[in-house]
Amino acid sequence: MSTNSPATPAATHADDILRLVDPAGTLNEQAAAGMLDVTDELVRALYRDMVLGRRFDQEAYSLQRQGELGLWLMSLGQEAAQAGSIRALRADDRVFPSYREHVAALCRGISPAELLSQWRGASHGSWDPERYHFHIYSLVLATQTLHAVGYAMGVRYDAGDSVVFTYFGDGASSQGDANEALNWAAVTSAPIVFFCQNNGWAISTPASKQYAGPLSERAKGFGLDAVSVDGNDVLAVYAATQRMVERVRTGGAPGFIEAHTYRMSGHSTSDDPGRYRDSAELARWEAHDPVERVRLLLTARGWADEDYFAAVASDAEELAAQTRQECRAIAEPSLSDTFRNTLCEETEALRREREGFETFEESFL
Amino acid sequence: MTSTAAAGSARKDAQDKGSTTTLGRALNEGLRQAMRDDDRVVLLGEDIASLGGVFRVTDGLAVEFGDRVVDTPLAESGIIGTAIGLALRGYRPVCEIQFDGFVYPAFDQIVSQLAKMRARSRGLLRLPVTIRIPVGGGIGAVEHHSESNEAYFCHTAGLRVVACGHPQDAYDMLRAAIACDDPVIFYEPKRRYWDRAEVDLGRPVDGDTVGRARILLEGADVTVVAYGPTVAVALSAAEVAAAEGRSLEVLDLRSLSPLDTTELCRSASKTGRVVVVHEAPVNVGLGAEIAATVMEHCFYNLEAPVERVGGYNVPYPPARAEGDYLPDLDRVLDAVDRVCAP
Repeated sequence: MSTNSPATPAATHADDILRLVDPAGTLNEQAAAGMLDVTDELVRALYRDMVLGRRFDQEAYSLQRQGELGLWLMSLGQEAAQAGSIRALRADDRVFPSYREHVAALCRGISPAELLSQWRGASHGSWDPERYHFHIYSLVLATQTLHAVGYAMGVRYDAGDSVVFTYFGDGASSQGDANEALNWAAVTSAPIVFFCQNNGWAISTPASKQYAGPLSERAKGFGLDAVSVDGNDVLAVYAATQRMVERVRTGGAPGFIEAHTYRMSGHSTSDDPGRYRDSAELARWEAHDPVERVRLLLTARGWADEDYFAAVASDAEELAAQTRQECRAIAEPSLSDTFRNTLCEETEALRREREGFETFEESFL
Repeated sequence: MTSTAAAGSARKDAQDKGSTTTLGRALNEGLRQAMRDDDRVVLLGEDIASLGGVFRVTDGLAVEFGDRVVDTPLAESGIIGTAIGLALRGYRPVCEIQFDGFVYPAFDQIVSQLAKMRARSRGLLRLPVTIRIPVGGGIGAVEHHSESNEAYFCHTAGLRVVACGHPQDAYDMLRAAIACDDPVIFYEPKRRYWDRAEVDLGRPVDGDTVGRARILLEGADVTVVAYGPTVAVALSAAEVAAAEGRSLEVLDLRSLSPLDTTELCRSASKTGRVVVVHEAPVNVGLGAEIAATVMEHCFYNLEAPVERVGGYNVPYPPARAEGDYLPDLDRVLDAVDRVCAP
C-alpha cells in the first residue's frame, strides 16, 4: 500500500516545488520577496477563507450523514489550493471548476444554498455563472477544461483582458479531454490557466497509477508554461497563481499550475478510504495541514491575536448555522420546470408531455 | 409554387447547370450569409480554413472571415467542448465534424455537456451551437465514412436534430439552425452534396424550416416519410409509382427531433398507409418512433401496418456491398406494394 501512496511535498521534487511557508509556519522571506508582498491583511484574509471553507465542508458532511444531502464531495485538506488560487484572480476572471471547488466557490460569493442544492437533489447546478464568473460544476471529469479553452478563445476574439481559470485533478488528467484542452490552449494561445489540484487520489486510485511523468512536465510538453507548487501552502499558491495569471493576461503562453495537496477525506460520503489507504499516510499529511501553518505564521508574526482567531471561529460557526438553515430551506425541484428548461422554448412535443404528466399528477389530488 | 411543382422544377433545374446551385454550395452560401449577418458566428472544424473542408462546404470563407474560421486540432471532443465555451462567451459556433463516423469521440461533449447544460443551469444558459455532420452512404467510401447515427442524438433531450434533403433547404435550414438558440445537430446528406437546384439566396431566416416537416409531393395512396439522403429516393419512387397508377405523398421530415407530429399525422390520416425510409438501421431507428407515433394518433385511419425501409442491423458494409444495404427505389416500392396489398 505504501508504495502507491502519494508522497508529501517535502519528500518529492522538493527543489522544484514552490513553497513559501513550511508546515511549522515559517515564512521563507527570501523566496517570498521576489514574488509577493506578504502583508498581514493578506495572510489574515486567506486564513479566514480557509477556516470558513473548512467549516462549511464539515457542515455539509454532517448534513449528508443526517440525510439532508444525498451526497457530498469533501474538500477537506484542499483549502489552501482553492483559496490561494481564487483570491489571486480578478473578479471577472472566468472560472470553470470541477466539482470539489467549494472553498473557491464560497470565496466568489456563491451561497451555501446554491452550493448544496445539487447535492440535496434539488438541481444539477443552481447558481448563475454570469453573476459569479464561476461556471456550474462539471461531474464528467475534465470536460470543463475544454469549455474553459473555448471561453478563452472568445475572450481573445473580444480582445478582453480577463483570464480563464479551470480546476481539475490528478484523476481527470488522464481523460482525453484534459489532454485535448492542454494541446488546444497551447496551439491557440488562449488566455487560460489550468490549475491541477493533485490531491493524490482518484477515489481509490493513487496518483502513481494515474501517470508516470510529472503532470507539470506533461504540460510543458504541450507547450504550456508550467509550475509546481506546494498546494497546502496558501501563500505559495497565491503567489504562483498571481504570477501565472498576470503573465497570461499580458499575452504570455497559457499556464499550468500543479498544486500538490491531499484529499484528507474520502472521495465522497459514499467512499471508504480505509479499504485502500492506511492511516499513517493521513497522519503524515495532517502534519502538512494547510490551515494550521498559517495560524502558526500569524501567531509568530503577531499579525493576529486570540481575539482575531476567536472572531474567525465565530464567523465559521455562523456560516455553519446559516448553511444548515439554508440547506433545509432549499425549494423542492419541479419536473414541470425541467420540461420548460430543456430547450430555449418549450416545443409542442415537450408541452404535450408536460401537460400529460401534470394531468396525471392532478388526477391524484 | 406548389410543392409538386417545386419538386418538378428542381429536377428540371438539375439539367440546367448554368442557373443552379449544388447542395454543398448552398450550404456554403448559407454559412457565408450567417457570418455576414452576425459577427458572433464562428466556424470550427478540421481542414475547414485553407482547404475549405473535405467537401468544400466552407470553401473561401476563411478568405472573407479570417480567424472566424478555425482549423482546429484533430480532436472532435475538443471541437464540441470549445464550441460550448465559445457559446457561453456569447458566440454562435458552427462545428464541422468531418465524417459521420468521427462524431463518437465527441459523444460525451454533445450528449452530456451540450445537450444538458441549459437544463442543468435551470434555463439560465443558452448554447447556440450548430454541429454540421455529413451523413450517410452511397459514395463508395471506406468504413466510418457512411454512417447514419441520428437516432443517438434524437434520443437525447436538449438537442434539436435536423436533416436537409435538397439545396434550397440546405441554405434555409442551415441559416435557421445557426440562428436557433438551442444546440442543433445538422445532418448534410453527403451523397447529395452535388445535387443541383435553383436556390433563392435572398430568403429571410425562417425557423419553420428546422421545425416543420414539409410535403414535397402530394399524393393520395401512401405517405412516404423521408429525410436527408432518402428524400430523393422517395421522390424517385413516387415518380415510378405514379407511372404504375399509385399516388405517393412524399413527406420530408426536415426536423428529426422534435418530430413534427402534426404534419406527419395529417398525412398519415389522409393516406392511411405509411412507409418510412432512412439509411440508418431499422432496429431502434427513427422509423420506430414514427411508426409508434402514427399508431398512437392515427390508428383508426390506418389501412395497413407502417412499413420501415432502412439499413440492416449490421455494421455498415464495405463500399462494394453498400448498394444492397441502402434503401433504394426497389426496396421502397416493395414496401409500398406491401402496404397496398389487399
